[in-house]
Amino acid sequence: MAQWRPCASLQTLQLRAHLLARIRSFFAAAGVMEVETPLLCPTAATDPALASMHSRYTGPGAPAGRTLYLQTSPEAAMKRLLAAGSGPIYQLCKAFRDGERGRRHNPEFTILEWYRPGFDHLRLMDEVGALVRTLLGLAEAERLSYREAFLRYCRLDPHTAETGELRAHAAACGVSAVAGLDAEARDGWLDLLLSHQVEPRLGRERPTFLYDYPASQAALARVVGDPPVARRFELYVDGLELANGYHELTDAVEQRRRLLEDLEIRRARGLPELPLDTRLLDALAAGLPDCAGVALGVDRLVMMAARAESLDQVLAFPLPRA
Amino acid sequence: MATFSTNEFKAGLKVMLDGDPCSILENEFVKPGKGQAFSRVKLRNLKTGRVIERTLKSGETIEGADVVETVMQYLYADEEFWHFMVPESFEQYAADQSAMADAAKWLKDQDLCTVTLWNNQPLSVTPPNFVVLKVTETDPGVRGDTSSGGNKPATLETGAVVRVPLFLEEGELIKVDTRTGEYVARAKE
Repeated sequence: MAQWRPCASLQTLQLRAHLLARIRSFFAAAGVMEVETPLLCPTAATDPALASMHSRYTGPGAPAGRTLYLQTSPEAAMKRLLAAGSGPIYQLCKAFRDGERGRRHNPEFTILEWYRPGFDHLRLMDEVGALVRTLLGLAEAERLSYREAFLRYCRLDPHTAETGELRAHAAACGVSAVAGLDAEARDGWLDLLLSHQVEPRLGRERPTFLYDYPASQAALARVVGDPPVARRFELYVDGLELANGYHELTDAVEQRRRLLEDLEIRRARGLPELPLDTRLLDALAAGLPDCAGVALGVDRLVMMAARAESLDQVLAFPLPRA
Repeated sequence: MATFSTNEFKAGLKVMLDGDPCSILENEFVKPGKGQAFSRVKLRNLKTGRVIERTLKSGETIEGADVVETVMQYLYADEEFWHFMVPESFEQYAADQSAMADAAKWLKDQDLCTVTLWNNQPLSVTPPNFVVLKVTETDPGVRGDTSSGGNKPATLETGAVVRVPLFLEEGELIKVDTRTGEYVARAKE
């Protein structure tokens, strides 16, 4: 086929436009304000599992050139708006992640991110469920804790199992011999079991919210309880992860500790070093309202609505065609 | 031999796995929301033909396999080996029984086929998709006998046995699909 042509059919692009319009009217009705924040920033997500692409600006204000990172999500800037008193906000924008390309990934993708002051993760799950029901016409979602999911599909407790048990279970399921994973210790094996044994079974009959992640996978969620769990959730439909949300960490001191820990891990693994986002930390110190936030993959949503098998079928110009 | 990272994986790439040469069939990028990325790879072991699945950490490398496919002419067979020649260079190669597998029963002298070489040794031989062979032995067809589904076994000049329509007689030429081992049509010289 001619390389200039779009990958998605015009019908699918109409469906995409229709879904975007419905997302906007959903939030308008809910009184959530649409915002725009920069996609190019001097800082980037420090999460060692995320890789940022960067660009360079040279001109007034930066005669010698300055590195700007394409954002992996608009999270940091939106939290600064929340701290400034924006109230509930959402954003529909592009996000960029290096190294991610496959049937369900494109390095440039459309993200829907929103924040709800006064909500916790449970209440936000209700709203995510309502939005997805509206857009995809799905049944009421079920809720499954990370622990329940592992007990059900792997017969082990993800909070207490030793690395050896995780490895043995992976081997028993035929996903052994993963080179270079030992060094990653527990979380790498949990990720392996999650992506190979658990995720494919989630959201089959109805959407599934997976919640209460291991504290070691908290990212920017607050951690509570004993054993400590992260107030983080993900939404799955037909085995596909659609959204990832948190009851947001608002403690500036804890946030600084986690960012510095990320930078430490990045150094140890030889990953690109990144600047510390001091403006985000200053915003948290000034006071981020108690809130919950979530990011939803819009291209994947379109994929579900179109019953497509790959993201490329719903993107006008995925990377190989860009 | 070069090594390949998971980012270079694509269908058809030849790599070494557990000491055997393999051909990548599919490569799927798998990544939990915010966690370790993996490459879930389906490969065909080129020695055994078996399909295996393997998961690698994204960015890991594995050794490439020195596997090349070359069109060669089948020359002759002796007791142990089947001999082939590259028409352009006259280079000769000898394939053993395990490399030949089923290919042996379809080949006539002079036929061009694809020989897969691993470290310059024949690993497998793929006959042409269609070959024309002479029927050397078959029972005379009995009209009206439908108990055998309207066909009968016929032995071909290479020793292969295929099911052919009842009207075919000894000495006739037929076209056979080597991938299925099925009769396709009558053929002319």
